[in-house]
Amino acid sequence: MKDILSELEGRRDNARLGGGQKRIDAQHARGKLTARERIELLLDEGSFEEFDMFVSHRCTDFGMEKQKPAGDGVVTGWGTINGRMVYVFSQDFTVFGGSLSETHAQKICKIMDMAVQNGAPVIGINDSGGARIQEGVASLAGYAEVFQRNIMASGVVPQISVIMGPCAGGAVYSPAMTDFIFMVKDTSYMFVTGPDVVKTVTNEVVTAEELGGASTHTKKSSVADGAFENDVEAMAEVRRLVDFLPLNNREKPPVRPFFDEPGRIEASLDTLIPENPNTPYDMKELIAKVADEGDFYEIQEDFAKNIITGFIRLEGQTVGVVANQPMVLAGCLDIDSSRKAARFVRFCDCFEIPILTLVDVPGFLPGTSQEYGGVIKHGAKLLFAYGEATVPKVTVITRKAYGGAYDVMASKHLRGDFNYAWPTAEIAVMGAKGATEIIHRADLGDADKIASHTKDYEDRFANPFVAAERGFIDEVIMPHSTRRRVSRAFASLRGKQLKNPWKKHDNIPL
Amino acid sequence: MFNKILIANRGEIACRVIKTARKMGIGTVAIYSDADKNALHVSMADEAVHIGPPPANQSYIVIDKVMDAIRQSGAQAVHPGYGFLSENSKFAEALEAEGVAFVGPPVGAIESMGDKITSKKIAQEAGVSTVPGYMGLIEDADEAVRISNDIGYPVMIKASAGGGGKGMRIAWSDEEAREGFQSSKNEAANSFGDDRIFIEKFVTQPRHIEIQVLCDSHGNGIYLGERECSIQRRNQKVVEEAPSPFLDPETRKAMGEQAVALAKAVNYASAGTVEFIVDGDKNFYFLEMNTRLQVEHPVTELITGVDLVEQMIRVAAGEKLSITQDDVTLTGWAIENRLYAEDPYRNFLPSIGRLTRYRPPQETAAGPLLVNGKWQGEAPEGETAVRNDTGVYEGGEISMYYDPMIAKLCTWAPTREKAIEAMRVALDSFEVEGIGHNLPFLSAVMDHPKFVSGDMTTAFIAEEYPDGFEGVTLPEVDLRRIAASCAAMHRVAEIRRTRVSGRMDNHERKVGKRWVVTLQGQDFAVQVNADKEGSTVKFDDGSSLRVASDWTPGDQLAVLDVDGSPLVLKIGKISGGFRVRNRGADLKVHVRRPRQAELAKLMPEKLPPDTSKMLLCPMPGLVVKIDVEVGQEVQEGQALCTIEAMKMENILRAEKRGVVAKVNAGPGDSLAVDDVIIEFE
Repeated sequence: MKDILSELEGRRDNARLGGGQKRIDAQHARGKLTARERIELLLDEGSFEEFDMFVSHRCTDFGMEKQKPAGDGVVTGWGTINGRMVYVFSQDFTVFGGSLSETHAQKICKIMDMAVQNGAPVIGINDSGGARIQEGVASLAGYAEVFQRNIMASGVVPQISVIMGPCAGGAVYSPAMTDFIFMVKDTSYMFVTGPDVVKTVTNEVVTAEELGGASTHTKKSSVADGAFENDVEAMAEVRRLVDFLPLNNREKPPVRPFFDEPGRIEASLDTLIPENPNTPYDMKELIAKVADEGDFYEIQEDFAKNIITGFIRLEGQTVGVVANQPMVLAGCLDIDSSRKAARFVRFCDCFEIPILTLVDVPGFLPGTSQEYGGVIKHGAKLLFAYGEATVPKVTVITRKAYGGAYDVMASKHLRGDFNYAWPTAEIAVMGAKGATEIIHRADLGDADKIASHTKDYEDRFANPFVAAERGFIDEVIMPHSTRRRVSRAFASLRGKQLKNPWKKHDNIPL
Repeated sequence: MFNKILIANRGEIACRVIKTARKMGIGTVAIYSDADKNALHVSMADEAVHIGPPPANQSYIVIDKVMDAIRQSGAQAVHPGYGFLSENSKFAEALEAEGVAFVGPPVGAIESMGDKITSKKIAQEAGVSTVPGYMGLIEDADEAVRISNDIGYPVMIKASAGGGGKGMRIAWSDEEAREGFQSSKNEAANSFGDDRIFIEKFVTQPRHIEIQVLCDSHGNGIYLGERECSIQRRNQKVVEEAPSPFLDPETRKAMGEQAVALAKAVNYASAGTVEFIVDGDKNFYFLEMNTRLQVEHPVTELITGVDLVEQMIRVAAGEKLSITQDDVTLTGWAIENRLYAEDPYRNFLPSIGRLTRYRPPQETAAGPLLVNGKWQGEAPEGETAVRNDTGVYEGGEISMYYDPMIAKLCTWAPTREKAIEAMRVALDSFEVEGIGHNLPFLSAVMDHPKFVSGDMTTAFIAEEYPDGFEGVTLPEVDLRRIAASCAAMHRVAEIRRTRVSGRMDNHERKVGKRWVVTLQGQDFAVQVNADKEGSTVKFDDGSSLRVASDWTPGDQLAVLDVDGSPLVLKIGKISGGFRVRNRGADLKVHVRRPRQAELAKLMPEKLPPDTSKMLLCPMPGLVVKIDVEVGQEVQEGQALCTIEAMKMENILRAEKRGVVAKVNAGPGDSLAVDDVIIEFE
């Protein structure tokens, strides 16, 4: 009997060694941790329960039958993050370069199916050379099986991808369909076709890092939502993100004890808006001063910085924040910022996360590059996302809310629940100067007259009261009491029920 | 007494004067420029009058505008503060003509003390010790030797036109005087085309010590002890204290009596300061007299219990001094640290912008020591006091137009040692964010052995920080205290995380006791045993520290008690730990599970890219023009390019000398923050 028990131990030890000590050392030498080490860091101590440790591939071509490592290049299972259940798969680069075989895919599919069934997030750790070429179409089929499950799980449980090594070719499309993609600086890259193919086809010479490194995807392509310094930090920060997210679409977002007075007054916010309307200020200061304990988890920090997206907590409960950033491009909406914010709003709506919108927007960015790029349809995405969202929506206009961008930014007309404005708000079709030049075109030659018309326009429209008179603004609030007002607004919306008409699904302008 | 007083100043000193005026029941009028519309002194005053655009030469120092404000408000007296119009005799004359009292000395005193040569002459006549020297032309080396002997060695031989150390020699003997004269003369002729030379006493180990005097218009005058102001950076005082750790009662008395004699010689009537330079043998020489309230007056107030501003106002109203020299006692020790909006890591470059966070330490000075300006007797043993004179507030703006000093933090204690310790804690408790500031540097000075021993000269900063300030490296004993505190705090934060909703019943995360704290390149493996009152943090060498605090996650200031002594940490957020500021050190503290720490060791160390040879774009914007080309040599401060951002043109300048190696941007390019614009060789 003892022998049988110790055989299990022996098999386990063997499986845990993955591709062997030499390859583990090589992985470490690259500054990367192994699949199992990453899981250790991701999950609560001792909480990991593994599935399919002894699964091995069934390929018999190209001499593959001689190497059948247990686990087949991916470690799967479940565990807890601060006591809350998550499913995880972690590709093992030490086994066939983490390449995806039919059985490797089956292991991933198994835990994804369980995650959807049991209502817990899926965290995928990607470190793979790509398809297992020896298996041919079986490997491709494996990818597609995973893709289909990503699609079915979307909106049911949160899916997080962490790219911690190569992720190329078809492999990129699984992460691409998850909710969040994070990368590790210098040791990860993602692309559909690698530098060699690029060179052959287009004659472009580019390194893997330039083509698909963390910097490229967080700053240029927006494929990734964030990048971390190393594996240890990446796992710690994914834990931090999971603390914000509900486990599935049937649950409310998590609440945790908080040490911050919901009624905290921030006198300094009364001077946040500069005297000069053309002077920028940092919207992140407002976010930090409204949030519980100043804690903000930013999503897509380095992309389309003219809009800020991320998670905070109010009275311990997760709230998604979308805010124009006057520091960058005056906080205007454009193609990139609309896409970024739209996707974030839809994520929040999927998972019942209330949305706080902070508005200081001078309008949409003009120009041929925007129009040719389809700003009409991209801007419509954000409009659509806000309009269809049924979660509690609280909006605070701090300064400018001009033109169509006013409508887009969670206005009253898009079923905003609480629409607040600071006394510094200016809700109008456009800035005073532009408006005057159109209304009083005849006086364009007379600078004095234009100045006087501009002054009249400012007096009449550069304030929140015209909108408040019509009920488009529920209340004009003091900046220093923003945290209190917003917290109470969300508290009052905890029982909100709102349903859109039945439909198979909508047809958002993709 | 006056009903209404106008304060012709801004910032902390305007606020300071308003406080006393209010205490005396006098109405206050502030004046303000466009840049100060929302300033603290404006909101503190009973009335405020706008006097023009931001630059001081179009507002605060325009006599006509101030006079208009006086007429408009009906103020009967004007307190000028320091700087601006405080030592402007024309302003004092204008007030006299208008029949408005000037809270300061008579015009004649301002005039005679305002001129260096006149003031020195008057001082000599009043029997005040001045730096011996010979101002006339010196013909030859023999004459130089004779004069040097008259003065007494060591002497300094200087070119009249000199500057930057050129044409300057120090001589300790006849031979050196002869040589020095010749070489100075040659150097001066070559460098300046002017070979005139003069000789004066060379003051060794110079200290800057000044005497506070107070006189009324009835011929009474007293001195209120001294202030030591030797800690200066480029003639800008940084740290002051009273009394001086260097003076003995005899020297103090001699200096004080001479200072009063000088004041009386010019019919002084107000508070004033006589500055001396004191050498290593306690010889003192008159430098100049400041005919106004000094920036550093609070340290004198703290050890004498006299409210100088009140006394100035009373004197200006014609009252007689109510205290005599015998009433003046110096009790305890007071230290002042000047908080500047200057970034010590960037060679003390002024920093402007919004104060996103400004939380000075709790003030306690007004309680035990000063009530209605009267000394309340000796504070109980061990009790300390904190006073912060400030002109800013959280959410306020530090503008580019005025002095970068934003607060004067003072501590008082029965002894110098305790006053320094109180200052260390007060500095640690001071929260400033949004702008660069010199708090880390001040902390470093408070811990510097030379300062602690009181053995300092005016060359202290230049000698001890010759290459600028590069932060503080803490000794292990301090690191352990911080490590223990961070471990205990981290544990609290981690336990809170496990209290999130939606967890699996019966399978909760158990937060462990063992942690590895990494800071300043050192690892400390600790075990945290928490109980109701605090935590005992055991180190792997068997030693332990007891940590108690009511810190909760998110608090930006952790006030702890570590083994019975206080520790105050400024806390910021970083992934997996804390950013901690303490005693001038800025630390990244990681707190990890043992296994996590083990794996973290495998992570490659990433050095930040060397950006010292690059010009990075400080803000997103558009390149308007590039002023340099490849191969060009640039000097420190030279304009390199202009970036337009938010409709403002920002000129970027060279931080040091260099040769342009590469220009990566051209006019019209749109840049993001930290884009490399120019690379240097």
